[in-house]
Amino acid sequence: MTNHWVDIKNANVIIIMGGNAAEAHPCGFKWVTEAKAHNNAKLVVIDPRFTRSAAVADLYTPLRTGTDIAFLGGVINYLLSHDKIQHEYVKAYSNAPFIVAEGYRFDSGLFSGYDEATRKYDKATWAYEIGPDGYATVDETLQHPRCVLQLLKTHYSRYTPDVVSNICGTPKDAFLKVCEIIATTSVPDRTLTFMYALGWTQHSVGSQMIRTAAMVQLLLGNVGMAGGGVNALRGHSNIQGLTDLGLLSNLLPGYLTLPGEKETDFQGYIGKRALKPLRPGQMSYWQNYGKFHVSLLKSWFGNAATKENNWCFDWLPKLDKVYDVLQVFELMHQGKLNGYFCQGFNPLASIPHKAKLIGAMAKLKYMVVIDPLATETSCFWENHGEYNDVDPSKIQTEVIRLPSTCFAEENGSLTNSGRWLQWHYKGAEPPGEAKPDADIVAGIFLKLRELYQKEGGAFPDPILNLTWDYKTPHAPAPEELAMEYNGKALADLIDPKDPTKVVMKKGQQLDGFAQLRDDGSTACGCWLYSGAWTEKGNMMARRDNSDPSGLGNTLNWAFAWPANRRVLYNRASCDPSGKPWDPKRQLIGWDGSKWSGADIPDFKPDVPPGDSMGPFIMQPEGVGRLFALDKMAEGPFPEHYEPFETPIDTNPLHPKVISNPAARVFKGDLEAFGKSKEYPYAATTYRLTEHFHFWTKHTRLASILQPEQFVEVSEELAKEKGIKDGDKVKVWSSRGFIKAVAVVTKRIRPLQVNGRTVHHVGIPIHWGFKGVAKSGYLANILTPFVGDANTQTPEFKSFLVNIEKA
Amino acid sequence: MQVTRRQFFKFCATGLGGSSVAMLGFSPDNALAEVREFKLTRSTETRNTCPYCSVSCGLIMHSLGDKAKNVEASIFHIEGDPDHPVNRGTLCPKGAGLVDFIHSPNRLKYPEYRAPGSKEWQRISWDDAFSRVARLMKDDRDKNFIAKNADGATVNRWLSTGFLAASASSNESGYITHKAIRSTGVLAFDNQARV
Repeated sequence: MTNHWVDIKNANVIIIMGGNAAEAHPCGFKWVTEAKAHNNAKLVVIDPRFTRSAAVADLYTPLRTGTDIAFLGGVINYLLSHDKIQHEYVKAYSNAPFIVAEGYRFDSGLFSGYDEATRKYDKATWAYEIGPDGYATVDETLQHPRCVLQLLKTHYSRYTPDVVSNICGTPKDAFLKVCEIIATTSVPDRTLTFMYALGWTQHSVGSQMIRTAAMVQLLLGNVGMAGGGVNALRGHSNIQGLTDLGLLSNLLPGYLTLPGEKETDFQGYIGKRALKPLRPGQMSYWQNYGKFHVSLLKSWFGNAATKENNWCFDWLPKLDKVYDVLQVFELMHQGKLNGYFCQGFNPLASIPHKAKLIGAMAKLKYMVVIDPLATETSCFWENHGEYNDVDPSKIQTEVIRLPSTCFAEENGSLTNSGRWLQWHYKGAEPPGEAKPDADIVAGIFLKLRELYQKEGGAFPDPILNLTWDYKTPHAPAPEELAMEYNGKALADLIDPKDPTKVVMKKGQQLDGFAQLRDDGSTACGCWLYSGAWTEKGNMMARRDNSDPSGLGNTLNWAFAWPANRRVLYNRASCDPSGKPWDPKRQLIGWDGSKWSGADIPDFKPDVPPGDSMGPFIMQPEGVGRLFALDKMAEGPFPEHYEPFETPIDTNPLHPKVISNPAARVFKGDLEAFGKSKEYPYAATTYRLTEHFHFWTKHTRLASILQPEQFVEVSEELAKEKGIKDGDKVKVWSSRGFIKAVAVVTKRIRPLQVNGRTVHHVGIPIHWGFKGVAKSGYLANILTPFVGDANTQTPEFKSFLVNIEKA
Repeated sequence: MQVTRRQFFKFCATGLGGSSVAMLGFSPDNALAEVREFKLTRSTETRNTCPYCSVSCGLIMHSLGDKAKNVEASIFHIEGDPDHPVNRGTLCPKGAGLVDFIHSPNRLKYPEYRAPGSKEWQRISWDDAFSRVARLMKDDRDKNFIAKNADGATVNRWLSTGFLAASASSNESGYITHKAIRSTGVLAFDNQARV
């Protein structure tokens, strides 16, 4: 989230799209009802299903699954053609005035630079025009035909209300009503918030759906404002934390990135990431990349990391490609993986195309599962009849299953979607011999290190030299680990402005990332979390819930990254001269010598109003991007592409480019995708309020509330197929089938799309062959093996099925 | 003589009939008017946050036992933390059933091993488990570690073993997992943020 849960109460308009907070985030949703009750806010819900969020909305309208870019592109067209944008904000705080390089084109569904053979773009033309002074050129009048605003207008002029309605199946009058409500927030003192979750991320164009919402918010001047922003509700309790800590194929902690195999030169690696300003006077905060990176390597490799060996840069593995889960299971399926660890992750249930996964896992030599519960993954080799019909004697995988503690049995912090790191405490011992995850990782690592010490072997240096000075090496304390990622001084830190002054003594916990150095005198395991455990102690454990501003920022409750800031980009809540756009919801202000206020300023604190420094301090141009340059795989402007399994067999905008041209599709999978002739119905998966993924089917109460697998269909489709409420039905895709009870409901209705009727089949995901609930089929038997072109998040939300009475 | 209701029953349980003891003048104070003591008033409270969705609602976990060294705590009730700025004491149907997750019959208790082709699990010790896992890792890493790619560039990567981390585990678990796993050169590294 750019903002946070309590801040939703400050909104005037709330759009829930690509999410269903009332059911999936019920206790956060209370801030929506708070905004409705006390801020006269309007709630708009746009979803293929009439959800419980929709049930309390002021306006609900359906759309076909996978068509959110068409809808939001239509909103952009409406805002621009009705002159409902926040002009001063757009001009000063977005890249609307920036001039795009000659050669940039968009034609018939493709941007300039496409190579069909590799399904990739050469993005050279997706760039600003650079002037003789080395800076990007701008046209403050916004009239230049190649300025971003003009290109934006042209791009979305195709997204008329009729086109939107034809693609999305949304009634035109409902679409226009939504546009009118959204447009009311283009004035400076009204804000809109977008709340989304996996309903946007789980598409082959998921990242671009989110970008379209961010563009709407920039046009309306809602980013950086209380009650504004683009707010990812997110799934798991610490999905934000694990992302921040970089536990992904291509990341390091704090959104530092692993080098590619062509980046073996340390200075070149840093230089490419320490971005220089693209406009005069910009902060371009990633210029500090070297400080974050060197401090990380000092934290991991200690005294072994020296200036002479580039702080052990060579020890980091270099990428030849990204090994996301789809790529990894593809390789596993080809027999190219030998070992696989699943720590608190149940991929057999959570990754698409179960039949492929079972085949892949059976090719492993060994699998290690670390989990508090008996997951399907750990039991993939067990025969569970129709739900998992395998022959154990034919599966040669060695499986080791290690019991871990649950939340109640350990100290530690979780980072919620509002970026708050909150400390929690152990309340009981774990059952049997279960151990905390940290102890299990330590147990495995120390044995491995022992083997390398005894036997030698392939490149043992990083394993032998990894810092491990925990008081009990086999059981590193959460407190020690938190202090390590916060960072400390390895030598006395001298004030660069006053050499007689020592800022930090050797060994002291750092106050924050501003103190990090690139000379080896600081260690910090995650620069973004610096400030979480300072000399003052554990800032994540703070419990003062006072809220003096009334805006809900509670600055002394827990710790929010970065630097305890609660609303990102909050400098943009004031105009360039420093006046708040909305005096009633003032986040920060200039007091004559510095910025301060109800939030920690997201800005250089001593740069006065009127300076040229822009509010988006991480960006080299200092402003928000309506035009994404080369940062996205499929184009600088989001474009509507159909799901890979589309119920309409075409893309009405450009019939020759139907689905995301830059999405990675593995050999054989493209041909295997279902076609509407055999699989006529649009299917979408989702969660229920009573269950959490594949986890709560192991708990009694949740299993009593929702004991048995079901699917949802409209009354119209049920009638067509002769299905009655409560009938057992079979649902199948090109990858397999499930059987479940049919719930016939008014909550799903047929939509008119491109001249045909599109029915949706709703598939809740929560059942499997392990648990205390009734056994069921894993829903991912049905889902397609393709992901978003940028993140590779699988397209769980849009695929094709057929259905009949079982 | 001051006798509480509990002491009174304990005393009675040693053999004498309650009524006869009462006849002797040992009647407990207020015994007849007292309702059963509310269990939560005697519990130990521990602050935590919900492990399910990313709202991270504040929790109060109630356990029996006072956390003394030789006392085994058992959590019997969980409710929302009214001081928490986000959930203000509320919990959703999932959070309200959290105590059932802690005590789920499907919680794993011991390290277990499934041999190739076998139909069953067998219990093993932690030491055996760690030793076996480390051996499997080392054999695979030594055999398949790539120090240099075809162009001769130093790449130091290990592609034949992968690791999925847990986005419901704590930051501290996540941090040490990243540190330890990346030091081996693993690139097939992911968590639920990708799905």
